[in-house]
Amino acid sequence: MYVAVKGGERAIANAHKLLAHERRGDESVPELTVPQIEGQLALAVARVMAEGSLYDRELAALAIKQAWGDLIEAIFLVRAYRTTLPRFGASEPLDTARMEIRRRISATFKDLPGGQILGPTFDYTHRLLEEPAAPLPPEQAPRETDREPTPRVTDILAGEALIEPSPEADPSDRPGDITRDPLTFPASRDVRLQNLSRADEGFLLALGYSTQRGYGRNHPFAGEIRLGEVEVEFFAEELGFAVPLGAITVTECQTVNQFKGSDTEPPQFTRGYGLAFGHSERKAMSMALVDRALRAGELGEEARAPAQDEEFVLSHSDNVQATGFVEHLKLPHYVDFQSELGLLRQIRASFEGGADASKDGAE
Amino acid sequence: MSAASYNFAYLDEQSKRMIRRAILKAIAIPGYQVPFASREMPMPYGWGTGGIQVTAAILGPDDVLKVIDQGSDDTTNAVSIRAFFAKVADVKTTTATADATVIQTRHRVPETPLSDRQILVYQVPIPEPLRFLEPRETETRRLHALADYGLMHVKLYEDIAHHGHIATAYAYPVMVAGRYLMDPSPVPKFDNPKIGGCAALQLFGAGREKRIYAIPPYTRVVSLDFADYPFERYRQQGTCALCGADDTFLDEVVTDDKGGRMFICSDSDYCEKRRETASAKERPHD
Amino acid sequence: MPALSPAFANPVFDTQATFRAVMDAMARPGEIRAVPDALTPPAPLSPSAAALALTLLDYETPFWLDAALGEAEDVARWLRFHTGASVTANPSDAAFAFAADPLALPPLAAFSQGTPDFPDRSTTLVLQVAAFTGGLSLVLSGPGIASHRDFAPSPLAPGFADELRANAGRFPCGVDIVFAGPGSVAALPRSTRIEEDR
Repeated sequence: MYVAVKGGERAIANAHKLLAHERRGDESVPELTVPQIEGQLALAVARVMAEGSLYDRELAALAIKQAWGDLIEAIFLVRAYRTTLPRFGASEPLDTARMEIRRRISATFKDLPGGQILGPTFDYTHRLLEEPAAPLPPEQAPRETDREPTPRVTDILAGEALIEPSPEADPSDRPGDITRDPLTFPASRDVRLQNLSRADEGFLLALGYSTQRGYGRNHPFAGEIRLGEVEVEFFAEELGFAVPLGAITVTECQTVNQFKGSDTEPPQFTRGYGLAFGHSERKAMSMALVDRALRAGELGEEARAPAQDEEFVLSHSDNVQATGFVEHLKLPHYVDFQSELGLLRQIRASFEGGADASKDGAE
Repeated sequence: MSAASYNFAYLDEQSKRMIRRAILKAIAIPGYQVPFASREMPMPYGWGTGGIQVTAAILGPDDVLKVIDQGSDDTTNAVSIRAFFAKVADVKTTTATADATVIQTRHRVPETPLSDRQILVYQVPIPEPLRFLEPRETETRRLHALADYGLMHVKLYEDIAHHGHIATAYAYPVMVAGRYLMDPSPVPKFDNPKIGGCAALQLFGAGREKRIYAIPPYTRVVSLDFADYPFERYRQQGTCALCGADDTFLDEVVTDDKGGRMFICSDSDYCEKRRETASAKERPHD
Repeated sequence: MPALSPAFANPVFDTQATFRAVMDAMARPGEIRAVPDALTPPAPLSPSAAALALTLLDYETPFWLDAALGEAEDVARWLRFHTGASVTANPSDAAFAFAADPLALPPLAAFSQGTPDFPDRSTTLVLQVAAFTGGLSLVLSGPGIASHRDFAPSPLAPGFADELRANAGRFPCGVDIVFAGPGSVAALPRSTRIEEDR
């Protein structure tokens, strides 16, 4: 019986060997390659990059492979690598108005400058399982190349002052970073948005959904969703100007929400904002809904729903933290359990003793 | 990306500096939870990342490291963490409490009294002693600022009213140096008396919750209680089936499906040392 | 501009050794711990104060210098170059403060004290002293001290014991002091009580 608590070292080594073996699957089937995952499971790669908060398709693909397809495990691998990387500074704010657009839709205007561009999407597909091997490679759909400028919908509304102005950042302020400073409450909006953009997609989806069902309702419209490539620039002190570091794919969602006005503000539309690495539309939309819900306090709205509760949302949004702590219940708790067992026996003994005593008294 | 590029003790120097600054503040304000920018570690949150970060920030090439979980050096997570530091910091490891300079622990304080050249690093899941009474950080922070611990006294009092006992068997709250209410991590309350007046420095790391706190050596640490319901240490009525100890915290081992049970020391090193000493004494009589 | 003297030859292990010394000193107020002393920083910054700076400072920790250190132009330059930290003229903005002249120190209350919610957001003062004997003789008690401990860093201003008492009276706010002596350090965290001074 004492064997059960001994020999941990060998047991671990064997378990890991077994994992490597099972992860490989049937050896008569060719092994997956990282480029295959990068190219053909691109939305999984996008999610791992977004929630891992590291823009590197190849590493994300490698992590997915190593994690046996478990995306939270893959996100964890990427985060544990990211945390060891040196930090040089913060990039200039991304200018998504200058995005090289692949997809751009607005649910608020039928047509608008730059047009509606459906791009690559599952929307309007029939969800019917297809035969696995298509006989011919899919055709490349035509792409518009010479496109008119595509202003953001919120900028169009701002022209008429119908929507609150976009908050201007003080350029001397360093953006907050929850990977460098612990989260404190109340959190500033930059910190909140960073938390949400790293947050678990499923968690944000459920919270966003709850606002649509009346738990913190804020009447959202999908003002605009855009997907494409934007330049990342870094201001180099020694050069005195911003140098381009390259382009990354991002998905941006801006919701337009009703606002009835307050003592100091006229009725106008308000904004919710979502941004995620890669092609991550569901994530960006959910994030925008939750961002707007979390602005309840600032906008003088009654904040009673879970999605409006900043401490609740920001403290539970991180799936690497959540999965670790939930799964730590697998670790031994002999000592605590033993203490509880002792206490329960003690209480039961005095309960039974007490029950007997009262019975005696009644008789 | 290459495995060879990781720094001594895994963490980069900037991260270590940040953790070291937090540790100094934690020592200067005993029992106060210092927020720190906890890093993602290659182990999951809830599996000791706070303790691992503290250990990584203090560890040097001359240290001798012991890692225990549930009092034992052989439990899987203890093995895994010990192997991690042996690999990334190339430090000497030991299972002998007396030989270690740094001991990382989950859920126990070793039975062997610690010395003034040792550091005990606790892994902490929920550092906030008031968390289960008040879930909001903004609220609990204010309560600590005001040293307003009425909530906890009410809870303990209600326990007594309902059960005739204080129904907290582990993670039993303590007052540190007369000022901060502190969670000693989920050690059994049997271990609480070893925390106060201890010669070793005690550091507590909570990775997921991003807090570090400390108890300097020889600090007054008092388990909360009432004059008419004083704090009581609990241990099972029994002796260790392996070494015969009657004053240690015991693990209950179920031996069959007919209610058979035996007890063995939770502290595996202490138990082994006692057995070695006993057999050394017996030998001349063989 | 003259070339700056180098930082630690082996930053990973030298900063670790320095940190363990200052951690141990902070945990055992008034006890003296040796630190690596191979540095040759610009005067009047002492080698032990420089070792503490290289161990604890980076771009997240603004530092303040007293007049003696601030007037020596190379000290700020050396610290900025090797740590990436920025210098601040306002002691209440400083995460760390360095003083070479203990007799001309501003009141401890001038430094950042932290807040009741976040007492950790305070200044740590690194005070250069010539010796750990022969100065103002203090009897210490509190966390980290089994009963009492004698401590006599030199030189200290005559009213400094009262400053220390006022600092301890602000607990859990207040500043922590690390004394940088020749080749060694000692500390007085805010939790330490001054029982007597002579």
